[in-house]
Amino acid sequence: MTQPMISMRGLSKTFGALNVLRSVNLDVRRGRVMAVVGPNGAGKTTLIKALLGLTHPDAGEIVIDGVPAGRSESYRARIGYMPQIARYPENLSGAELTTMLRDLRGPSATLDLELVGTFGLETALEKPLRVLSGGTRQKVNAVMAFLFSPDVLVLDEPTAGLDPLSSSMLKDKILASRGEGKTVLVTSHIMNELEELADDVAFLLEGRATFVGTLDELKRITGQHSLERAIAMMMRRGWIKEAA
Amino acid sequence: MNTILKVLKYQARDAVRSRWLIAYAFFFMLVTEGLLRFSGDPAKAQLSLISVVLFLVPLVSIVFGTVYLYNAREFIELLLAQPVNRRQMFGGVYLGLMIPLASAFVCGLGAPFVLRGIGASMDGALIVLLLAGVILTCIFTAIATLIAIRCEDRLRGLGAAIGIWMSFTVVYDGFVLFILAVFSNNSLEHVSLGLMLANPIDIARVAMLLRFDGAAMMGYTGAVFLDFFGTAQGALVTLAALVLWMFAPVMLGLRAFQRKDF
Repeated sequence: MTQPMISMRGLSKTFGALNVLRSVNLDVRRGRVMAVVGPNGAGKTTLIKALLGLTHPDAGEIVIDGVPAGRSESYRARIGYMPQIARYPENLSGAELTTMLRDLRGPSATLDLELVGTFGLETALEKPLRVLSGGTRQKVNAVMAFLFSPDVLVLDEPTAGLDPLSSSMLKDKILASRGEGKTVLVTSHIMNELEELADDVAFLLEGRATFVGTLDELKRITGQHSLERAIAMMMRRGWIKEAA
Repeated sequence: MNTILKVLKYQARDAVRSRWLIAYAFFFMLVTEGLLRFSGDPAKAQLSLISVVLFLVPLVSIVFGTVYLYNAREFIELLLAQPVNRRQMFGGVYLGLMIPLASAFVCGLGAPFVLRGIGASMDGALIVLLLAGVILTCIFTAIATLIAIRCEDRLRGLGAAIGIWMSFTVVYDGFVLFILAVFSNNSLEHVSLGLMLANPIDIARVAMLLRFDGAAMMGYTGAVFLDFFGTAQGALVTLAALVLWMFAPVMLGLRAFQRKDF
């Protein structure tokens, strides 16, 4: 088997008395879309933040394409991140923001501006971000995640606040990126959406990755026909296990 | 180094367009212009400006700084998710806040003097006034940065900012008066000198008043200060205290920023 694009080994993190991540092992295979799902407070955000180097794990290791993260910041050049909350400096325009990221990243061979056209953002990018609606800002957010054609896309609730048309266009973009061999890590509260996108699923419960495998496998072992039902079953079962 | 300048460039561009920052510059311009017109004497206007600078510069620096950084929280996260180094990122964030604030102050207060053709001719008094304001901006934006990094809750952070500003201005004066009153039997020159060095606003005040020959107004303590500042040793100690005040919060902020879990 080829080397996974992202590999997490024994990742642990506590905040005070709270064990947010408990020795999480997770491999994300190259060219696949992995959905990270779990109830609120299961550790999804912390997992993503650890991957991006925003949070320092207490123990464990993250390896991106064979290179241990955390040794230097250069691995992040391969990641495009779309955060959940799109809050930007009020007085900059979207265009200034993208030039800023380009400056920070240094010269890049290809710039992927496809989404600017798809979303029709040409004029919105010239306006100060404060006057843009939440949905439009979320679109700017998406443009920036895909801008540098990164090998890895980390998308935290990517379609939140988008209308159905924009949302489906973004999903097309995600699937097209997978077609180009990119690896995607995505979270969402909308299971139907993940069902459409994901090849693999990582289920987090109270800081543990209790299931990591393909979507089909998850459906098979839970005996359910949809991701939503399968996850609901996992949550119920997990809850019973904890209570017993 | 590169990252510092890049972050600084864009953040400063954002901050400079902020209505609050423009209002801050405009306010200093109005006050300075007003004082110059009513007193008709640049030296008197400068003396009155001392209190305005000592009161307002720390307050605006620490409050604007904390609010700005709390609002920039998600943006800083996005930038940290790029291939940038945290240490340099911190430099960019701090300078991108401090430089626009200091520039707004210098432009606002300086413009009316420059328009009248009053520059460095005034025995350097104007320079001292501007320098003191810039140093106070450095110190209090650094404290703002430290608060915004260390304190997750923005309401508590803002409370801490105002609390710190109050303790350096109002509470500290009361504390010093109390000490001096209680121990009035002893010789207190060194105690009051030490107390002065522990408060950056006090250092700035004394440095400015001495420059303006206002030491006479400060009575006995003023004479002690004049004595102390006059010596090379005194000037050196004061300078060291100011430098310490400028660097300590920055270093603490950098350390907290590098360790922080966003």
